[in-house]
Amino acid sequence: MTALSDFINLYLLPGLVVGCIYALGAIGISLLFGILRFAHFAHGDMMTLGAYLAVIFTANLGWSPYAALPIAVVGTVAAALVLDRAFYKPFRRSPGIVTVIASFGVMLMLRSAIQLIWGVDVKTYDIGIRFPMEFGLLKIAPRQVTIVLVTAALVVALHLFLSRTRLGKAMRAVSDDPDLARVSGINVELVIRWTWIIGAGLAAAGGVFIGIQTKVHPSMGWDLLLPLFAAAVLGGIGRPYGAVAGGLAIGLCQELATYPWFSAEPLVAPGYKPAVAFSVMVIMLIWRPTGLFRGRVF
Amino acid sequence: MEIFSAGFVNYLISLGIMSGIYAVLCLGLNLQWGFAGLFNAGIAGFFAIGAYVTAILTTPESPNYLGGFGLPVIVAWPLAMLASGAIAWAIGRICVRLQGDYLAMATIGIAEVIRLFIKNAEWLTAGTRGIPNISRPFETLPSPWNNLAFMGLVLALVLVIYWAAERAWASPWGRALRAIRDSDVAAAAIGKDVTQFRVEAFVLGAMIMGLGGALSAHYFKFLGTSATEPLMATFLVWVMLIIGGSGNNRGAILGAALIWVIWSATELLTNRLPGEWITRTSYIRVLLIGILLQIVLQRFAKGLVPERPPRMIDDRPENR
Repeated sequence: MTALSDFINLYLLPGLVVGCIYALGAIGISLLFGILRFAHFAHGDMMTLGAYLAVIFTANLGWSPYAALPIAVVGTVAAALVLDRAFYKPFRRSPGIVTVIASFGVMLMLRSAIQLIWGVDVKTYDIGIRFPMEFGLLKIAPRQVTIVLVTAALVVALHLFLSRTRLGKAMRAVSDDPDLARVSGINVELVIRWTWIIGAGLAAAGGVFIGIQTKVHPSMGWDLLLPLFAAAVLGGIGRPYGAVAGGLAIGLCQELATYPWFSAEPLVAPGYKPAVAFSVMVIMLIWRPTGLFRGRVF
Repeated sequence: MEIFSAGFVNYLISLGIMSGIYAVLCLGLNLQWGFAGLFNAGIAGFFAIGAYVTAILTTPESPNYLGGFGLPVIVAWPLAMLASGAIAWAIGRICVRLQGDYLAMATIGIAEVIRLFIKNAEWLTAGTRGIPNISRPFETLPSPWNNLAFMGLVLALVLVIYWAAERAWASPWGRALRAIRDSDVAAAAIGKDVTQFRVEAFVLGAMIMGLGGALSAHYFKFLGTSATEPLMATFLVWVMLIIGGSGNNRGAILGAALIWVIWSATELLTNRLPGEWITRTSYIRVLLIGILLQIVLQRFAKGLVPERPPRMIDDRPENR
């Protein structure tokens, strides 16, 4: 039975937690790609920014990272709106690829600004050692429960927003056909602003969760980029629920691929985890570019 | 005169060598992006393959990695280019049909997988320990002639690639690539094999990037996993090409030289700052380069030397 409990506690649960974090980032990438029509390469660095904004309150004021989370979200949203106004808005009418290059520039700027302000050392939130809770075979750390529950709550809130509010419906309309949405009187700039608010806010939450789960360092945004894109493509571009499913799937795939399935050795060496995300992404792009949830292809 | 001191001369030579290496990378990227519209965000991967192949083939035997072939540079560099090209071909056949943003995601993935492989396959690459004692051509000559001769070699290679790229730009092959870049549907409709042309441009560009990696390995004489980091090999090259002017080979070379001089000059400035600020201000440079890229994108979208249609080789009035 220890083999089963190891499988659950060392592979399945961590995969689920990582999957939640990927889902939070991938929702933003998917929505932004659907509405602004470009792959936002600075999205991983927005997660890094959120994680570092929380560091201000945990390291200097001794707050719990959960208390710092809302402030990190607000700060990252504000930064995203400023960055959009300064660096993305001028290219609304340009081919999408120009905006992608601009997002490369924003990625460089965000990361170097973070390194400039906080240095390059690894930071932790210092939440102290909490003993895992045991339920029979299961051994669950409290932070894992919190991450999964908060992610679930955020996804439900997003669902209610998209399906019940006028703005959410307008957002889906712009994602389906921006020109049709514009001529039917939808304020596209307002929709774009809310896309940034949702995308950056969820990204910041995901970044803080990474800090709670492991540690915070300036290049984590770059490391996240590949699984985030893989999750967005797997779920289907412009499909927020697809991004959630894609994030969970990529997180689980990456962790489960390192399980010793056929011999005593891990099937995939842990150092090659990002290669799993890459393979899933390329297979999806070739075989079914609309993703599992029938997203868009530009 | 103090400005002619040996240190200053060597500094100028190092500027020339690094600008030359970046010019090679920019010309390779221009072949992919400027000619064919292929968004390669994984330059670092092909750069690293070229660097590691030549390092492994030319260094003496070592227990830390697969080495001891002791091949001369003139054999190892073409092999380095071939290795980059072969991997680009294997991946390109699958990925070049992806467009724009999707190709960017896929190529970032390629570069990351190559980076992981180099980091983890210690038997082959010595992992994070790195490969030391890489020879540099002409290093037995007295200073500064050794560096001068190496700079001459690098710049001669830049000229050869520039000449070939200019010929390609004006050739039917280059015109077909531009047609595909501007509208692949229209190009396919007049019978061009879109995928084949794209693969050719992708592979040739990757081979040139591999040569850039090989040059850099022999210039630094040491090769570690830092050579696979995306900042210096991927992003800086993109910034150079966009600022110089994509679709123009002169723009690629000008962008490489200009951005490298700015990059090194700001290093001189920040090194005068006190104490702890030195380490942190090195990031100010990246920030400045990022801002410069944004200004050029918004104000001079075509770069300093914009793209121009090729001069017709046969310019007689009846053939115009």
